[in-house]
Amino acid sequence: MELFHNLVFGFGVALSLQNLLYCLIGCLVGTLIGVLPGIGPMATIAMLLPLTYNVPPVAAMIMLAGIYYGAMYGGSTTSILVNLPGETASVITCIDGYQMAKQGRAGAALAIAAIGSFFAGTVCTLIVAMFGPPLANMALKFGSPEYFSLMLMGLVTAAVLAQGDMLKSLAMVVLGLLLGIVGSDVDSGIKRFCFGVFELADGIGFVIIAVGVFAVGEIISNLSDPEERVVFTSSVGSLYPTPQDLKQSISPILRGTGLGAFLGILPGTTPSIATFASYMIEKKVARDPSRFGHGAIEGVAAPEAANNADAQCKFIPMLTLGIPASGTMALMLGALMIHGITPGPGVMTSKPDLFWGMIASMWVGNLMLVILNLPLIGMWVSLLKVPYRLLFPAIMVFSAIGIYSTNNASFDVYLAALFGVLGIAWRMFGCSPVPMLLGFVLGPMMEENLRRALQVSNGDPSVFVTRPISLAFIIVSALILAVMTMPAVKKRRGNITG
Amino acid sequence: MKFALSKNKDFWAGMMLVAIGAAALFIARDYRFGSALRMGPGFFPTILSVILIAFGVCITAVGLRSGEKVQGNLSFRAFLLLPLSLVLFGVLMDLAGFIPALAVLVFVSAASGREFKSMEVLALTTVLTVASVALFIWGLGLPYPLLKGF
Repeated sequence: MELFHNLVFGFGVALSLQNLLYCLIGCLVGTLIGVLPGIGPMATIAMLLPLTYNVPPVAAMIMLAGIYYGAMYGGSTTSILVNLPGETASVITCIDGYQMAKQGRAGAALAIAAIGSFFAGTVCTLIVAMFGPPLANMALKFGSPEYFSLMLMGLVTAAVLAQGDMLKSLAMVVLGLLLGIVGSDVDSGIKRFCFGVFELADGIGFVIIAVGVFAVGEIISNLSDPEERVVFTSSVGSLYPTPQDLKQSISPILRGTGLGAFLGILPGTTPSIATFASYMIEKKVARDPSRFGHGAIEGVAAPEAANNADAQCKFIPMLTLGIPASGTMALMLGALMIHGITPGPGVMTSKPDLFWGMIASMWVGNLMLVILNLPLIGMWVSLLKVPYRLLFPAIMVFSAIGIYSTNNASFDVYLAALFGVLGIAWRMFGCSPVPMLLGFVLGPMMEENLRRALQVSNGDPSVFVTRPISLAFIIVSALILAVMTMPAVKKRRGNITG
Repeated sequence: MKFALSKNKDFWAGMMLVAIGAAALFIARDYRFGSALRMGPGFFPTILSVILIAFGVCITAVGLRSGEKVQGNLSFRAFLLLPLSLVLFGVLMDLAGFIPALAVLVFVSAASGREFKSMEVLALTTVLTVASVALFIWGLGLPYPLLKGF
């Protein structure tokens, strides 16, 4: 019953005119950038973050979340229609989705993708609402040692499960932690790594790193790759899937949702892993696997459901524990902090409107996307004709003004330029910048909890292994590390993510 | 070794991490280390720097053994011009005001692309500048002078 009350309260918040409007804006912007290749949700959220400074935190978070799952819907649209994944998570949908489009069944594929995503979104909204509060209540009892170990576990799993070289990901986490502690030390007030620069005293701005690495860096890398031309010729066809389509899609959607929800809670797993795994499962359980790759509707239904379930469930560790499970969630945490809210289990009790309002808005947003997207498909497709050379200067404008307006300091803009250069160097060296961002967000909190934990234990570092919960986190981190370094797994991991 | 060290991506990744770690360690020696009981401001950074250097050394070693090439293409034009456009934006915001800063930002960043059509870029610059003034200055009320001190 409490769940019911909380959800009603949440819907009360989410359905206020202002929040509905921000949810709608978020979903539209999200779909737009999901459709457009070359602009990801991370760059967009980073770029639009400064625009939300004067907006109430609830509305801001609802809008940013809307961008995130709107991008997931938008990405599948282009995958199906033009065989071009707008987002990395939609790569799998291209396989059978585009084949369906070629057979003139694009409408059915789009509808099933939307239905699957919506179903997964609904289930996962409930999962977040059900498991969020007990998890947060448990975490409220954590002391500093538990918190430190939890963050350690979050960072280790995120780095290990992330795409790319594991050693480099771990190193990037450490680099992020170091960048995170630039600025005044909370304990002694000493300015660390500031080089006498006044603007660095409060630390490197979150928006600066996010925009520099993910917006500017991404544009440079896009401009470095040869441009692909997009031509959409086939017609969309009927938007209504046949009863046969629906029947065939029910179990794949259920399986995809389950798998996506499970993988979503794990830090570091990207939606692409969830979509890939669910596609493989469908192929295994299908009576006639040869249909896959030639327009099997299951190959659209399951990955799309898994994709959305994964995206939605990533909110659980972020909202309840303050642990970012992905780069986008690190951005959401950063947004919370910019709005003066300390992320962690306390958010649920201190800001119930934010917590429940966001959860309810996810469902509202998913509904909006289903209603909006299908009729607007023609418009989204025509947007694909906008060439990238006209788009990226606009991104630069938003980025530059966003950074400058944060502190009205041109130094911040210079720093973002530097991080753009660093971001591209990291990419070229095969160092994923996402683990760096996770470390950057958690850096100050980790130091603080380490300091407190060691104070409580009289300077005895064994406190992390003598407290049972903390020990459990440490063991899990060690186990994941050990398993992933085993040669057999390492090889398979390379196959999946590489 | 099949190719020069200068194209070995793991080598460079490792060296970069070692360099950053060493620099951080060098700077952090000025901060009081303290003890585990009372962590000084230098405690956490020193430990992190040492770990970072260790990772860097491992990655360099891996690079020397496997020798993977630096991945992806790099457009030097974009690599130089895009960050430059941001820097110019910052300088001009301080010296000349919002409109010149934006116009230069759009123009220089557009020039970093593969195709450069002068008429199109001029039109884009005008449209984006006008739209930004409308959205950010008039709409959101950002307090920046449109033109400064002429």
